[in-house]
Amino acid sequence: MATSVLEHRAPAIHHAHPKTGIWSWITTVDHKRIGILYGATAFLFFLLGGIEALIMRLQLMGPNGKLVDPDTFNALFTMHGTTMIFLGVMPLSAMFFNYFIPLQIGARDVAFPRLNAFSYWVFLLGGLFINASFLVGAPPNGGWFGYANLTSSRVIAATAAAPAPGMNIDFWVIGLQILGIASIAAALNFFVTIVNLRAPGMKMLRMPMFVWMSFVVQVLLLLAFPVITVALVFLMMDRNFGTSFFMPDGGGDPIMWQHLFWIFGHPEVYILILPAFGITSEILPVFSRKPLFGYTAMVFSGIFIGFVGFGVWSHHMFATGMGPFADTFFSMATMVIALPTGVKIFNWIGTLWGGSLRYTTAMMMAIAMVALFIIGGLSGVMHSAPPADLQQTDTYFIVAHFHYVLFGGSIFGLTAGAYYWWPKMFGRLLDEGMGKAHFWLMFIGMNMTFFPMHFLGLNGMPRRVYTYPSGLGFEFWNKFETIGAFILAFSFLIFLVNIIKTWFGPANAPADPWHGATLEWSIPSPPQEFNFPKLPMVGSSVPQWDARRAAGGHLPEPALVSGADIPMPNPSYWPLVSAIGVFLVLGSLLFIRVNPVHWWQLTLFGVAVLFFGVYRWAFEPPH
Amino acid sequence: MAQAATATAEMSPADEHHWTSTGLDSRKIAIWGFIGSECLFFASLISTYLVYKGKSLVGPLPHTESQCMLHGKMQTCEAIFETPLVTAGTAVLLFSSFFVVLALYHAQKGNRAKLLGWLGATVMCGLFFVSMQVYEFTHFYHKGMGYSTNLFSTTFFTLTGFHGSHVTLGVIWLSTVLFLAARGKLPPEKSLNLELAALYWHFVDVVWIVIFPVVYLMR
Amino acid sequence: MDAHSAAPGHDDAHHPSPAMYGKIAIVLFILTFFEVAAYEVGHRPAAILHSVVEPIVVPILLVLSAAKFALVAMFYMHLKQDSKLFSNLFVWPIVLAAALILGLIVLIRLWHAATF
Repeated sequence: MATSVLEHRAPAIHHAHPKTGIWSWITTVDHKRIGILYGATAFLFFLLGGIEALIMRLQLMGPNGKLVDPDTFNALFTMHGTTMIFLGVMPLSAMFFNYFIPLQIGARDVAFPRLNAFSYWVFLLGGLFINASFLVGAPPNGGWFGYANLTSSRVIAATAAAPAPGMNIDFWVIGLQILGIASIAAALNFFVTIVNLRAPGMKMLRMPMFVWMSFVVQVLLLLAFPVITVALVFLMMDRNFGTSFFMPDGGGDPIMWQHLFWIFGHPEVYILILPAFGITSEILPVFSRKPLFGYTAMVFSGIFIGFVGFGVWSHHMFATGMGPFADTFFSMATMVIALPTGVKIFNWIGTLWGGSLRYTTAMMMAIAMVALFIIGGLSGVMHSAPPADLQQTDTYFIVAHFHYVLFGGSIFGLTAGAYYWWPKMFGRLLDEGMGKAHFWLMFIGMNMTFFPMHFLGLNGMPRRVYTYPSGLGFEFWNKFETIGAFILAFSFLIFLVNIIKTWFGPANAPADPWHGATLEWSIPSPPQEFNFPKLPMVGSSVPQWDARRAAGGHLPEPALVSGADIPMPNPSYWPLVSAIGVFLVLGSLLFIRVNPVHWWQLTLFGVAVLFFGVYRWAFEPPH
Repeated sequence: MAQAATATAEMSPADEHHWTSTGLDSRKIAIWGFIGSECLFFASLISTYLVYKGKSLVGPLPHTESQCMLHGKMQTCEAIFETPLVTAGTAVLLFSSFFVVLALYHAQKGNRAKLLGWLGATVMCGLFFVSMQVYEFTHFYHKGMGYSTNLFSTTFFTLTGFHGSHVTLGVIWLSTVLFLAARGKLPPEKSLNLELAALYWHFVDVVWIVIFPVVYLMR
Repeated sequence: MDAHSAAPGHDDAHHPSPAMYGKIAIVLFILTFFEVAAYEVGHRPAAILHSVVEPIVVPILLVLSAAKFALVAMFYMHLKQDSKLFSNLFVWPIVLAAALILGLIVLIRLWHAATF
């Protein structure tokens, strides 16, 4: 079945990028190149987060593990969570937003190409900043949720192992602020792009489902990130300026942090999963040769998830004792949010039903995403009942739950997207044989690693504890999980080899290797800088299928054109300069504790760099 | 969606370059989206202020006398707020919103002299408000209210301080536009450059419209 | 609502006149005066109408503040005649922001008060 794509292989086409060299990448404002930068950077961070997970699995392989000490373990689970969420899944989604939102809506670029470059550079610097904490021996160690008053403490004991005493959480706080600026800038950009740069005829209800889900994600980012920004400011003030936002000794309430964090944190989980939902909704119809079942219901269930996602945050806080009214409200809201998710799952099944399925790697990843997300979704509904949640909270049951939705959901969806869109991005089809091996090992490894966590959790094994004594019945499943984790890691090694092999292989991808439905398949692989020689006219939600049908089932390869008369934005390095300014301003806050007298001089320098960059940017001709 | 009908296959590259699906300028959508995002920023600050209202463990307090640490000893301190000054600041900020909308009106009409006058007045109002706030903060500090003195002082300075920094950024932005206008670089067809700054300025003003009664007038 | 049908790009022809802006400025000034008056009357037992105003100071302030907010947004920010998209971009975040403020106050000050 999978080999059928090769029947449509086109004669080799020349796709040389017009500009090459490192400077062209530093100054690029091309959404496709920025997408590739996002993807490459995020994949490296993703591997780093994976290595952190493997070290934790080795530590927990047997009872009384001695591989790492408790402090290191704290840092490992904190950085694993922070890295996977903010430096892995979010920017991997951003890669697809960057590359495919403009292509799928028939635009030449995003609305603000230089702002797009700025977002990437700020993200890169923020990611490096958080991870630089390892170099000074002060990695963040308060959990990805950073609960006050674990994190708001002013009293920091210096140890020989930590030459930068107490800066652990400062790295985390400031790093997240930097990443937040990148996210908000990018979200604003994609929001405007989707609203305003759709090709003629592409009404909102003709947009591909990936664009729709991305649109909901941008709205969530714009509305949720300001809240965490404020919460992080409070935390920083508590740590450095003696305030009492979350300090009970000054009248503050640590629960306030939890509220602010989860008002951001719950929309954040939809920010992590909805792009994968969108990708799955693209892949299933194409490889079922059927339009997406219930398009409108899919759109509105996505919007509904985003909307209700703001009203369920306190289900993360049942254990704090909020009282019966709050528990009831948030329990009910959480049960309600399962409904639109169920609508999506039934629509995916309806799409597959009666289709002529082609089991490519992308398709298998997407189907696995649906199946695994169902498991994670069901355990999620179990937590929505406060009495059950009180038993499950802070146990491995929760770890099992969110790895089924985030790994089984997000990562499977994103990997499906990688196999689906790789030929469009690089003009080369990933090897399907290795892809299948990747899929099966990933699928088996994932379930071996995370399914037994349900048992361990219900048997009482707590989260975030660096070891466990023997004789509690935890030994077997922990060993089993560690083996699974290494199978999982091995599957990504195969992916890496596949990428390298493909990189040096022939440019074998035609414009439309999968008989896709959407506009990105109507242009050469990889697309030329301006994407579309003429803006396409769109008459339905499956324009490429319309074109194929009109052409009698066979479309000629799109020709490369010179595009000399198409105005495209100039390259610019001012976004990078401005990003460095942002980095200096926020990074300088790290030195408040080190140099309480002079730290602000670095801040002022950063402000100067930022203003210089922004003004040169503003007065530079964009075209 | 009428816009689909306006697009034809004969669009030139230049037409395509200016194509937007809504017919609106992308920058204006962006500033409105940013303002929407900022709503949640200030909502977080205001809700923290209100959640902690009346929970301070020591003085000084906003509307009543209290025991507070002043000049190195606990003593009875007077209420922090004095309405006349901040009312003046509020009025000036309101008028600046009026001035900038006139400046935009004249920018769109091409009346450069009036544009410069009203925009200059707006910037002056902004500067007055920032100065008022600097004076107020200093004054409060001398009355025994430091940044971390109690929950009231912390949440008050954080909320109004972030608002003040927004005003400061607005002053810088409007001054830049004023500079451009003075050099004749703000013709009517580029009045959007002023409109974006003006929208941001109005937003900063409406935030103050909320902060002023909630913080200063509710006891 | 008919103003929303104004063709995009030509909407400046429908903008209010400077005289209209001036009238709104006066209204804003008067509303601010009432705000401060409500505050002063509300906490001075000797003031006239004190007993009437005192229990409703907070509602008065909220209504006046909302009115000022709406005037600036509708006329100075031109939401009344600009594209409806802009109104949506402002109103929905405000609804969410208000729900957030109200929700946190209820959750922490009322429902959670026993332990706080």
